[in-house]
Amino acid sequence: MAGEAQEKEKRKMKSAKKMRDIMTNYYIEAKTAGETGKKVAWITSGGPVEPLIAMDVIPVYPENHGAMIGASKMGGELCERAEELGYSGDICSYARSDIGCSLVDGGPIGGLPKPDMLICCNNICGTVLKWYEVQARYYDIPLFIFDTPFCHTEYADEAKKYVRKQIDEYTGFLEGVCGKKFDHDRIKEVGRLSVEGQQLWQEVLDTAMNKPSPMTCFDAFFFLALIVTLRGTQETIDFYRDLLEEMRGRVAEGISAIPNERYRLLWDNLPIWYRIKWLSEKFASHDACLVADTYTSAWCGSLKYMDENNFLDSMAEGYTRIYLNIGVDEMIKIVLEMVDKYDVDGFVMHSNRSCKPYSLGQYDIQRAVQREKGIPSLIIESHMVDERSFSESQTETRIDAFMEMIRQKK
Amino acid sequence: MEVLNDFYRVAENPYEYSRELKKSGKRIIGYFCSYTPEEIISASGVHPIRLFGTGGDITLADSHLQPYCCSLVRGALEEALEGRLDFLDGTVFPHTCDSIQRLSDIWRLNTNFGFFADVVLPVKLNTESSREYFADILKKFRLDLERGLGVTITDDKLKTAITRYNNIRRSLKALYEMHSKEPGILSGRDLWAVTRASMIMERDDLLVKLSLLKEALKKGGRSGKSEGKKRLVLAGSVCDHPNVYTIIEDSGGVVVWDDLCTGSRYFEGTIEENGNPVESIAARYAERLVCPAKHLSNTARGDNIVRIVKKHDAGGVVFLLLKFCDPHDFDYPYMKEFLDRENIPSMLLEVEDSLPSEAQLKTRFETFIHML
Ligand code: SF4
Ligand code: SF4
Repeated sequence: MAGEAQEKEKRKMKSAKKMRDIMTNYYIEAKTAGETGKKVAWITSGGPVEPLIAMDVIPVYPENHGAMIGASKMGGELCERAEELGYSGDICSYARSDIGCSLVDGGPIGGLPKPDMLICCNNICGTVLKWYEVQARYYDIPLFIFDTPFCHTEYADEAKKYVRKQIDEYTGFLEGVCGKKFDHDRIKEVGRLSVEGQQLWQEVLDTAMNKPSPMTCFDAFFFLALIVTLRGTQETIDFYRDLLEEMRGRVAEGISAIPNERYRLLWDNLPIWYRIKWLSEKFASHDACLVADTYTSAWCGSLKYMDENNFLDSMAEGYTRIYLNIGVDEMIKIVLEMVDKYDVDGFVMHSNRSCKPYSLGQYDIQRAVQREKGIPSLIIESHMVDERSFSESQTETRIDAFMEMIRQKK
Repeated sequence: MEVLNDFYRVAENPYEYSRELKKSGKRIIGYFCSYTPEEIISASGVHPIRLFGTGGDITLADSHLQPYCCSLVRGALEEALEGRLDFLDGTVFPHTCDSIQRLSDIWRLNTNFGFFADVVLPVKLNTESSREYFADILKKFRLDLERGLGVTITDDKLKTAITRYNNIRRSLKALYEMHSKEPGILSGRDLWAVTRASMIMERDDLLVKLSLLKEALKKGGRSGKSEGKKRLVLAGSVCDHPNVYTIIEDSGGVVVWDDLCTGSRYFEGTIEENGNPVESIAARYAERLVCPAKHLSNTARGDNIVRIVKKHDAGGVVFLLLKFCDPHDFDYPYMKEFLDRENIPSMLLEVEDSLPSEAQLKTRFETFIHML
C-alpha cells in the first residue's frame, strides 16, 4: 500500500502546481483589469494574440474558460441557461456555456471579466463568428473579425494578400480602441517570444516519443493552457523550459506517465473536459497510455510558416494554415505522421458534437489510418463541455472492446 | 395556367430534367449555396444547377458524416454516392458554413465528377479589403473554370450572363411582389416550384417561361381566395418542403414573403451592368441580403426580418430551421428578440429531412395563426 502511494507520488508532475499558480494570477489580473486601467480583449483560441500583448491589452479566452467550466462539470447547467434564451442544444457547448455564463456570472471563477473588445479569428470554425456576434450585441463593444480563408488544398495568393492586409487593419483597430500608437518594436519582441514558446511546447510534446512516455495527452490538455493564453510572454517560456526539463528528467529516471505502459494510443479532437480523469484512469487500467493528440499540437503546428525575424508578415500565413483550417486530406497526412512519430498501437477519436469542423471528416480520417497503418480505432461521442449527453456505460463497453482488439493484435 | 406545369415538372424531377438537358449536349455543374457566382459558370457555357440533398433514406453518406450533421449536407452526399448525380460534369463549393466546408473535402476525396472548385469567399463583407478579396477570388474562379473546362470566358460573355441573371432576379422579385399584393393569384406551392425550378432550368428558357407566367397572372392567375388569411413571412435556410405552404394555407395563413436562400436571398440585389463584370458580380454578392454564415454587421439579419415583415404587412414569422444548422441556430434567438421588441409574433419549426406529421403541423400552425 505504502509502495503504491510512493509510486503515485513519484509519477506526479511537479510543474502542475506552478502552472495552477500562473493561471490563477493570470485570471486575477484579468478580473481586476478595471482597477489597473488595462483593457481586456476576448479572443478566440486560435486568434493572433501577439498584437494584443504588444499593446498591453489583457487577452481572455472564452474557450479556455469553457474548458474550466467543463472540467468543473458546470457545463450542463450553464448551457441550459443559453438554451432558455432559445439557443439550440446542438451548437458548440463552449459557445453555449459562455453565453449562459455571461448572463449569470457563474462557473468556477464567477465569470470572465467584461471585455472592452472582441477579436474573432475564424481559423478554427464558423461558430466563433456567430458566437462573437452574440457577445458583441450583448456587451455592445467593438468586434474585430480576422478572416482567414479556409485552405482546402492551398493557401492562395489572393488569400495571402487579404490576410496580410487585415494585420494592418487589426493594429489600426487596436490603436483606435486603446487610444495609442501601435508599438512596432515591441511586436518584434513579442513575436520572438511567441515563436520560442511554441518551439518549447513542441519539444515538451515530443518527449512523449520516449517509451515509456513521461506524459499523457491528458497532461498535455492541462499544460496547454499557457501556450493558448499567454503565448508571447517570457513567463510562458520560463514555464515550458522547466516543464521540458522535468519531462527529460522523468525520461532519464525512467518515470512513466502510467504504471505499466504496454500500449500507446493517439487521441483526436478536443478533450471531453468533464471526463478527463475518468478516461485517463480507464485507459491506464488497460495499460494504455494516450501519448499524443492532434489538438494540443495545433498551437505549434504552424511553426514551419512562422519567421521570428519577420513576425507580422509570417504570422498571416501561420495563423491561416493551422490544423483546423486545412482540408481533410491534409489532416490525414498529419495524423499518419503522428502515428509513426509516436509509434502508436491504436487511434481514439472523439466525435465531438460541439465541433463540426473538427469532427466531420473523421470517418474518412479513420479509414485512412486503418488502411495505411492497420491499427484499430475507436470513436467516442460527446459534447465536450456539456456532460448531460455523455453515456458512461456505453463508452466504457466500447473502450473495453477496443482494448481487447489491440491486445490481440500486439 | 399551363406554364406552371413546366415549373413543377422541373422542380419535382430536377435530375430527370438535367439528364435530358445533358442529352441535348449541355455540360452541367452542380453547386451548393446561394453565394455561388452562377453568372460566371453560366458565362462559361456550362449549365449551373443547385443541389438540394435528398428526401430519401440516407445510408451511404452515414459512413462519411456523423448523424449530427444537417440533412442537407448528408442528403447531398447521399445523392452523389448513390450515383444519382451521374449527369454532372463538375461541382462548385463556395465557402459558407463549417458543414459545407467539410462536405467539400469529403466530396473531393470520394466522388469524381470532373471539374471541382472551392470558391473560398470572405466571411466578412463589410470592409474594403474583404470586398477586394471577394473580387480577387471570383477572378481566380473564372480562371479555374477556363482551365478546368477548356473554355474562354470573355467579358462579353460575362456581360450577357449578368444581364440574364439580372432579368431572372428581377422577374422572380416581380412575381413575389405580385403574390404579396394579391396572394390568391398563386399558391405558396406554385411560387416554391417557380423559384426552385429557376435554379435548375436552362436559364434562357427560364426567362421565357417566367414572362409567360407573368402574362398569365396579369390575366388573373388562380382564383384562390386570400381574404381573411393571416399574412406570414417564412425565414430560414432552404425550404425543401412545399407541403409547408399548403398546410399553412389550410390553417388560415399565407406566406407573403420569405428570408430564405432559396427565396428572397437568392434574388435580391442586381448587378451593375456597365462596370468590370467580375467586380460587379462580386459587389452584388457582397451587398445582397446576408446569410448567417457571413458577417455584414451584428444586427443585419435582425433588422432585415423586421423590415420585411413591415414592408409586406405581415402578422408573424415562421422560422423554418434545419436541425444541426449552426449558423441559423445562432441567429434565431436574436432575430426573435428583434421581432418581439416590435410585437411581431413568431414560431419556430425545426425539421430534419422530413416534416412532422401533417396533422401535428396543422395544429401548430392553427394555434399560431389564431394567436395573431
Ligand atoms: S469547439 Fe469547435 S465549434 Fe466550438 S469554438 Fe472550438 S473550433 Fe469552434
Ligand atoms: S447553412 Fe445550415 S442548412 Fe445550410 S449546409 Fe450549413 S448547416 Fe446545413
